[in-house]
Amino acid sequence: MTSGARIVAFGEHRPPRVVGNDDLPAALGTDDAWIQSRTGIRSRRIAGPDESVVSMSADAAGKALAGAGIDPADVDLVLLATCSMPTQVPGGAAQVASALGARSAGAFDINAACAGFCYGLSAAADAVRAGTARTVVVVGSEKLSDWMDWTDRRSAILFGDGAGAAVVQAASKPSIGPVVWGSDGTLSSLIDIPAGGKLNLDGPAVFRWATTSLGDIARRACTAAGITPADLDLVVPHQANLRIITALARSLGATNAVVADDIVDTGNTSAASIPLALARMTADGRARPGDRALLLGFGAGMTWAGLVIEVP
Amino acid sequence: MSNDEILTEFARLVQEITGINAAQVTADKSFTNDLDVDSLSMVEVATAAEDRFGIAIPDDALKNLKTVGDAVDFIAKAGVAA
Repeated sequence: MTSGARIVAFGEHRPPRVVGNDDLPAALGTDDAWIQSRTGIRSRRIAGPDESVVSMSADAAGKALAGAGIDPADVDLVLLATCSMPTQVPGGAAQVASALGARSAGAFDINAACAGFCYGLSAAADAVRAGTARTVVVVGSEKLSDWMDWTDRRSAILFGDGAGAAVVQAASKPSIGPVVWGSDGTLSSLIDIPAGGKLNLDGPAVFRWATTSLGDIARRACTAAGITPADLDLVVPHQANLRIITALARSLGATNAVVADDIVDTGNTSAASIPLALARMTADGRARPGDRALLLGFGAGMTWAGLVIEVP
Repeated sequence: MSNDEILTEFARLVQEITGINAAQVTADKSFTNDLDVDSLSMVEVATAAEDRFGIAIPDDALKNLKTVGDAVDFIAKAGVAA
């Protein structure tokens, strides 16, 4: 057993196509002010026909490996958190591993929707600590534009495409978790994509769940890490809606923390939102090495998972 | 509480959450059409009203509260039941 696991690098793929609020289909009957006041979103990235869940994952993960100076052939495990693969079977993780050149890696997908990256990170840390793997790539990647009903303004204004990745390796001291997670299958109808259908979202019900539940989950994740919210340098919740993020920040009392607001020009990218925000904040200096960051994923299922990490 | 007292208190909650002057929050007003309260603010108003009046406003019931008067009536009935 190794004593701990840590993140050594992040990588991201943001599709080049920017879609502003006024560029959305007229059938939605929305405008920039209407969308901004309800969601905080100004624009999102939408993937092109040549960008897939797998290709975006491979690009983000490849950048993370290159950033850490790790040979892809040394990757033991690839975890792909996604809920928007175009195929039911196969999953995408094996194709990501092959695209990376991770020839000896195990690979599997995680469908915990918007909580998927935090589940993946926790599983990666456990695999490293247990000795099952030495180097793990965790990716959150979504092409939800494929699953939108572009006439439904309750959902179509919110979502965007992209991928973010982290590389996890052994460390002398624990720098990931412990995770605080949970689920409530009685709320499965709040967000779903039925077979052959498009994404449905009961926004007000999700908003109520989030604004009444997330504060407690976040505080428990801090307690599990042996810190208080005031010790946090960063709060990186799933980028679902800026009003949820603002309400969480208010209730949490993380008075010294920078709160991620990547949603403003990224939209809600489900499993990709947390690693995308982390990759950007690390690159622009808002996240500095050694910072303590609370990650908090939540979404369809309902599923949730929160954990404190140390920024590489 | 009488319905008038509930209305006064409810209007105060709406002002706190949305910034709409409480005097504008009268029984005949539609949340969506007259007061421009969006669906997420309605959730915030509902959870605040739950705390203030000691009642539950489930999501299904919330969707049927179209006017301020609907909300006051719901709170009055739920308060009696509680």
